[in-house]
Amino acid sequence: MKIAITSTGQTLDSLVDERFGRAAYFSIVDTETMDFSVIENENVAAAGGAGISSARAVIDTGAEAVLTGNCGPNAERALSAAGVKLYTGVTGTVSEALELFRNGKLTEADGPNVQSHFGTGN
Amino acid sequence: MKIAIASGKGGTGKTTIAVNLAASYARMGRRVQYLDCDVEEPNGHIFLKPKIDLSQIVTVDVPQVDLKKCTGCGKCSEICQYSAIVHLKENNVLTFEQLCHSCGGCLRVCPADAIKQKPLNIGDIEFGKTGEIDFIGGKLYIGYVRTVSLIKEVKRHIRQDSLAIIDVPPGTSCPVVEAVKGVDFVLLVTEPTPFGLNDLKIAVGLVREMNLPFAVIINRYGIGDDEVEKYCKTENIEIALKLPDDRRIAEAYSVGKMIVDVLPEYKKDFSGLYESVSQRLKG
Repeated sequence: MKIAITSTGQTLDSLVDERFGRAAYFSIVDTETMDFSVIENENVAAAGGAGISSARAVIDTGAEAVLTGNCGPNAERALSAAGVKLYTGVTGTVSEALELFRNGKLTEADGPNVQSHFGTGN
Repeated sequence: MKIAIASGKGGTGKTTIAVNLAASYARMGRRVQYLDCDVEEPNGHIFLKPKIDLSQIVTVDVPQVDLKKCTGCGKCSEICQYSAIVHLKENNVLTFEQLCHSCGGCLRVCPADAIKQKPLNIGDIEFGKTGEIDFIGGKLYIGYVRTVSLIKEVKRHIRQDSLAIIDVPPGTSCPVVEAVKGVDFVLLVTEPTPFGLNDLKIAVGLVREMNLPFAVIINRYGIGDDEVEKYCKTENIEIALKLPDDRRIAEAYSVGKMIVDVLPEYKKDFSGLYESVSQRLKG
């Protein structure tokens, strides 16, 4: 299955970006083939609705799960409406997060873990 | 006549000036309306203590999608700049009503006529009386962003036969523009500090851009420095009132009391304030 990991850079050694909506990049990994690609997040500086637009971008990649630090209510609602599984509280590098996921060490989130605008940074 | 009480910086004393001006004018036996347009954090009612006779819900139009008609083209999602309507795979469309700005774009671009409008409650307007003052207060619901729509609705209740005192939100953004739009005079309340001056300059830029006559009120006069006064002099801006940094004013404020009720020596400052504004408008 394809999964999306929010990341601060474009390699497997990049750190997981703790923000979902305003993450710098989405690392897309196919857990069977280990195909790896990166998409830049256009919503980093969006005026509003960043989480929703980012959810849409991730859904469009065909990812079935999202690994991130924090996810707000609007993004969570969009992801869950599209049947995308959400894992929050993920830290470390992209490859470490990937290993934890592959070994079944991550627990699926039962909802958003932060409020709207949590990652706006101002 | 419509007088807006605005400020760049928050917490400089807009509401203090607005309620005391309203009260002192009403006590001269004139008709006064106090309109609380600081709808995100209204607090005029704390001092005026109006008896509320009527509360009205304000609504805006938001989209409602008929998924049976939706073809999944995604055009609604593309046109919405606020992500208030999002198309996810096939014909799964989600709406985030509280983010909608009611532009109607999604309705127009939908080729399947699958989107209709429905009302969304965004806040309340309360109507009441406090002595001879007509109180009209807007209150935006928490989590909603339609500040401007609610302010516009509050201002619809301005009467021509009254003096309308408009309590404006702080800052210089869209809600402030909406609140001061069309008034006869703006009083910009500031404090004599570098922060007060910085934000005052931005507010002066705004009222000048909108061609609104204005004057400055320096609250807590005596603290900080004299840079605000120097600035006003250089820019040829009238200082309509200097309210001193008096501990008793702060004490009255902290228990929800008006200056004109507990400190009679300031009464003439507020009655004089109205006189000077009306003189300026005549002259």
